[in-house]
Amino acid sequence: MWDREIKAMASAHAIVASGVFSATVLPSMLVRGFSVYGTHLLWLYSVAGAVAVVNVAVFWLLGISQPTKRHTLSHKLSRLVRSCLYLLLSCLFYHTVVVLYGAPLIESALETFSLAVLLTSLTTLRCLCVLGPNVQAWIRVFSRHGAMTVWDTSLQITVACTVVGAWLGAFPIPLDWDRPWQVWPVSCSLGSLIGFLTGLVAAPMWIHYHRKQLTYKCK
Amino acid sequence: MQRLPVLGVLLWVCGLFYVGLHLFVGGFLLVRLEVNRTSACQDALQPDLGARLGGPLAPPDFCRPKPRFRRAVLVVIDALKFDFARFDPANAAPRPHENKLPVFGQMVSSRPAHSRLFPFRADPPTTTMQRIKGFTTGSLPTFIDVGNNFASSAILEDNIIHQLGQIGKRMVFMGDDTWESLFPKKFHRSLPFPSFNVKDLHTVDNGILQNLYSTLVGEDWDVLVAHFLGVDHCGHRFGPDHPAMADKLTQMDGVIRSVIERLQDDTLLVVLGDHGMTDSGDHGGESLKETDAALFLYSPSPLFPGPPSEGEPAVVPQTDLVPSLSLLLGSPIPYSSLGQVLLPLFPPHGDASAGLSQREALWVNAKQVNRFLETYSVLARDIPAQRLSELRQHFSRLSAAYLAAEGSGVPSPGLEASLQAYLTSVRETCRATWARFNPLKMAAGLAVLALACLLCLVLSELSGTLVSAGGVLRLPLVAALVAGVFAVAGQLFARGHVEVAWCLAPAAVASELAFLWRARRYRARVSAAVVGNGSGSKVPRATGWTGWLVWLGPRWLLVPPLLVAFLRCASLLSDSYVIAEGRAVTFLVLSLGLYVPVRLNWDGLLLPAAHDPQKPAGLPPSLLPPSAVRKEGATLLAWLGVLVGSLYLSPSFHGCREEQGSCRPSAFLQPLARLQDSQLRNLHYVVSLASLGLWTHLLRRWLRNYGNLNSSGGAVFTARRLLPLLVVCLGLHWAVSATPEDGFRDLTELIGFARLVLPRAAFALLGLGVLLVWLDPVTVFAKTRETAPARGPSSMPPLPPRYRASTGISPQAELHHLIPQIYQRMRRSLEDGGESDGASEADGRPAVEAYGLGTVYSAPLVLFCGLLGVGLLLLHPEGMALAFLLLLLEMGALLHIHASTTTLSGLQGAHSGGFEVPWTPVVLWALASTQFFHATGHLPTFPSLQWSAAFVGFPGGHQGTVLPAAMVALNTFSSHILFAAGCPLLLFWPLVCEVRGSRGGREGTDEGGEDAVMEMRLRESPQRFSSALLQLSTRYLLLLGAQVFASVCAAAILRRHLMVWKVFAPKLMFEASGFLLSSVFLLLAVALVLRVDVAVGRWFRRLLPDADRNGEQGPTAERVGGARWMEDDGWRTTQSGQNVKEQSVMKAWRQVTSTDILGDCNFNPLISGGSSGTIIT
Repeated sequence: MWDREIKAMASAHAIVASGVFSATVLPSMLVRGFSVYGTHLLWLYSVAGAVAVVNVAVFWLLGISQPTKRHTLSHKLSRLVRSCLYLLLSCLFYHTVVVLYGAPLIESALETFSLAVLLTSLTTLRCLCVLGPNVQAWIRVFSRHGAMTVWDTSLQITVACTVVGAWLGAFPIPLDWDRPWQVWPVSCSLGSLIGFLTGLVAAPMWIHYHRKQLTYKCK
Repeated sequence: MQRLPVLGVLLWVCGLFYVGLHLFVGGFLLVRLEVNRTSACQDALQPDLGARLGGPLAPPDFCRPKPRFRRAVLVVIDALKFDFARFDPANAAPRPHENKLPVFGQMVSSRPAHSRLFPFRADPPTTTMQRIKGFTTGSLPTFIDVGNNFASSAILEDNIIHQLGQIGKRMVFMGDDTWESLFPKKFHRSLPFPSFNVKDLHTVDNGILQNLYSTLVGEDWDVLVAHFLGVDHCGHRFGPDHPAMADKLTQMDGVIRSVIERLQDDTLLVVLGDHGMTDSGDHGGESLKETDAALFLYSPSPLFPGPPSEGEPAVVPQTDLVPSLSLLLGSPIPYSSLGQVLLPLFPPHGDASAGLSQREALWVNAKQVNRFLETYSVLARDIPAQRLSELRQHFSRLSAAYLAAEGSGVPSPGLEASLQAYLTSVRETCRATWARFNPLKMAAGLAVLALACLLCLVLSELSGTLVSAGGVLRLPLVAALVAGVFAVAGQLFARGHVEVAWCLAPAAVASELAFLWRARRYRARVSAAVVGNGSGSKVPRATGWTGWLVWLGPRWLLVPPLLVAFLRCASLLSDSYVIAEGRAVTFLVLSLGLYVPVRLNWDGLLLPAAHDPQKPAGLPPSLLPPSAVRKEGATLLAWLGVLVGSLYLSPSFHGCREEQGSCRPSAFLQPLARLQDSQLRNLHYVVSLASLGLWTHLLRRWLRNYGNLNSSGGAVFTARRLLPLLVVCLGLHWAVSATPEDGFRDLTELIGFARLVLPRAAFALLGLGVLLVWLDPVTVFAKTRETAPARGPSSMPPLPPRYRASTGISPQAELHHLIPQIYQRMRRSLEDGGESDGASEADGRPAVEAYGLGTVYSAPLVLFCGLLGVGLLLLHPEGMALAFLLLLLEMGALLHIHASTTTLSGLQGAHSGGFEVPWTPVVLWALASTQFFHATGHLPTFPSLQWSAAFVGFPGGHQGTVLPAAMVALNTFSSHILFAAGCPLLLFWPLVCEVRGSRGGREGTDEGGEDAVMEMRLRESPQRFSSALLQLSTRYLLLLGAQVFASVCAAAILRRHLMVWKVFAPKLMFEASGFLLSSVFLLLAVALVLRVDVAVGRWFRRLLPDADRNGEQGPTAERVGGARWMEDDGWRTTQSGQNVKEQSVMKAWRQVTSTDILGDCNFNPLISGGSSGTIIT
């Protein structure tokens, strides 16, 4: 059972990661003058969109999401609306946090918001896919005994890696090296993406090596 | 509790840090005193002999004879290394920086009597500013030249620019704008270009070239200085081995050729590099590559007696340019110059048309140097006395020989050489004193500091064992003494004199090693105890030094707060991060602040544990209902919001470094008087006043809330009367100092008087307040409870059970009348003993209420910090009041977050119950002090010091230097001071806030059970109190010390870095001074806590006078019978008859945490004893 789940997770993560790579490679063929630094926002949105689409597709196909009790259309619709609302709120939340961390308030608001969108698509969207629009559950997952499935554990790892990556990404900004990737928000978005990819790799491995210690309570 | 040992250990640790800093700074920062005297034409530098002979050789006025050159062109090519200037025709494949300046070689070979090329050796520090200072004053500038005005960078020492100006030369300058700041208003015409951007190779050079040639052919100049920066910037950017360097040097070659073409006969051309560069293009250090620059001299008229000969110097020290140029251009040699004239430039034998002869020039030179040496040795004592007397003897011999030679007219052959030897030896003596790093001292300082940090860590971990073991300091002190005595003896034996630094170093190292060696045993005791408890399976029981490593190793480095502290220390090694320090630290504080709730949530403590039927039954149930947890969690998040808010706002008070190009300093940094718009000024004033008022209000509100404003002691008087008075003084002072200069002409005298008196009155009030807090720190007010009515009539008329403000009489008056009665009554009830317990026990309520007992330790400390804050605010620009308010809020937020975290862990049974302060709040506290250093408008650079602080209350200036220096230091490090003084609050706050949690949980349950005793818990277990205090202080010291250590490392490792004198060395100075003041105020705060402890003990004894009889039974604390806590010093409870009363008193202490009964009419809830009271039974 363990092996099956871990394999499923590893392949799902591989698909997501390949989505990220294709979102970087494909536009460079299609769009003239596309580059990660030069047209950073374009790259950022393409990656965010790709991650979102692949994530939703993978989790929907795998059927990881919480089974809903009711199957009425209105219920599904309300879940969808709430999910969208949460995504928007999460973008605003990340934007606020990034501004509090010292990003300029007005000057490059678009860049900051784009970073917030990327972070949302890397973290919040995954939460939505795994746990559904249920903030209580999100908070619960991020505690030591909060994970109830393998997917919860992988969620913990990827989200933590993404956030830490974005945090570390801010470190090169004050340096006087004058590199193109030191421009706001390139280093942070690169950092969060690298963190995310690390998380994708690390999660199945970590779970694999700790499968003896992991015990999940049933809901 | 153990007071003296705690204070002693802290003093010892601070002393070790001071010794380490002293050693390092002594080896790294070289200090020289500036002599602010100038040479003048009238100086009788010539021997009197000449006047007696009346010949042309003896002009009474120095400047009169026709100088050899009327004009001079000084071309400074920054970083023109000697290797660049050399031309080697045999080199077939030159590297980019080789053979690119053939002009020098060609001129020297084609016109040997007109030109020379010398290696020109600079003295460290080889940075442009110091070098310009060096080759214009002829002295050896160090990093710190202690001069009269520290504030501006202008050169006040006598220099050649000044001298040339004095004799009426018109000077034209173009190039690096450093000159303009060094010599403001000295130039006839000046074309400065910005030098800051190292990436820009061409702006300065092209700017010069556009003007140079047109100026040269014109006639409106006598001395022309052109400073090219391109070569230096090219080196920094690309290094010397880069095609760009070749281009740049070739361009310079062309420039020099063009200048030579345009020279006239009476003009001297000097081309020089101020320093060299390493192979990577950097400079600043003392390697030959950095110090050896090129010097090229040329004149269309013959300059030298002949082609280069054997006797010419192989290397010209940089100081030698000034005396030579001065004498060639006919000006006096600058007063502080240490150089010797370049002999080849002077004719060997006297000749009226050719100016001074070699011997005369040397003699003038020697007299000037001797005069400087005499003056300097009077002002400063850093030149060894022995050496000084040798030099004096040498000079008097020379003087006699010279006078004899002049008098007889017989040339003495060895005189020139002997004069030269004298000049060289003076120069070498000064050089040894001022201009050499001392790597041995630096290394010793580093070692002492590193060991001191390690020792702090060990101390903080072992504090519990150490406090109980006692006698910790004996071995280290003995070791220090022995090592110190040995060092003294060794030095006396080997060198004949004693240098203090080299006695302190072995003493410090020995004492540190002795402690660490001793601590192994303590550690064994700790691990044994832990293992004995059965919970120590994780602690490895390795012994010896490997055991140490295991014990201190990974367990430590992986904790996020320490990781953040480590990042902070690492950031001090990067110049970019030091420049952006204010924001970087804010970033780290925010990160660690956000980490707190995340971590709590991870541990499942932030939210009430979900009802979980499947939870194993063995787990202890949550100690408190979910509502309390939720409330505490909400409190934590609310304070986190306050923290985040003040973090977000604090950067708006930052100043700007010159390196931060597009930065604009905060508008609040401007003094009000400088604001032009009167409406804006009023607005600023009102805002400042409002924040000051809020600061005071918050303080008083806190004190009143915990019942600390009720008694009549000194501290309470300070809080009630002095603090508001102080604030009024400050507000008036701001108003007065904000008046425009010519605003009120009639009131000028009054305003001047107010400017003098108001701040001084504030200082006096502040001093008085601090003194009162120190003398009488107990803010507890005790009063009997209203006992059962049966007892009332027998003893005295009963007090009204409730006081209502609506009785019609003035509540204030009645309260004043009431208080003495209450006090009398309480005393009486204590004195007649037995009966009262019956009553109170029957009642189940306490008999005595002590207002403010729960915050007896923190109240004086809070008051002390508050007073200090207002005092420090006085030294700041008015607008900073807002920043200080933010500081207070952030302090409160940090304390409450810490308290809530502790409570949350305690509530859910995850807290051990000790007083230990974890790393996270301590790291936050230490980082916040740096954060507010920036957020109060300070920067770690010397130009940004706020000198106006020295003139608060002293508008006319000062007599001495100690007081203004102290005021500026207090102004600069006010945030360090406040946070250090408030540091012990971290220990008290969880106890202060404990009430809330318990009260929330215990409503409706019986009051006699487990009660909130707040800070009385500390008296309950004095051992743990001492150890926690020691631990907190050493942790804080460790964090500060680690930052100092990091900046010391940065200065030591990066001493060749381009930015060392601009960024790292000032940072080191600021970090060290910040540590000094922080540690002093931390010690003061700890001493205040201990003082309060003594005073509280005395207070208890005074309340129970007859208890002293039992006092001799020993000062140990003990739990007997029903008393939950007792005094360690004075008395203790036994089972004898006497103590029935005491027990009842003990049971009866009632902690009231409410309202100011004197100031407010909120008397009701107190007497009715409702929910606001907590009982210590």
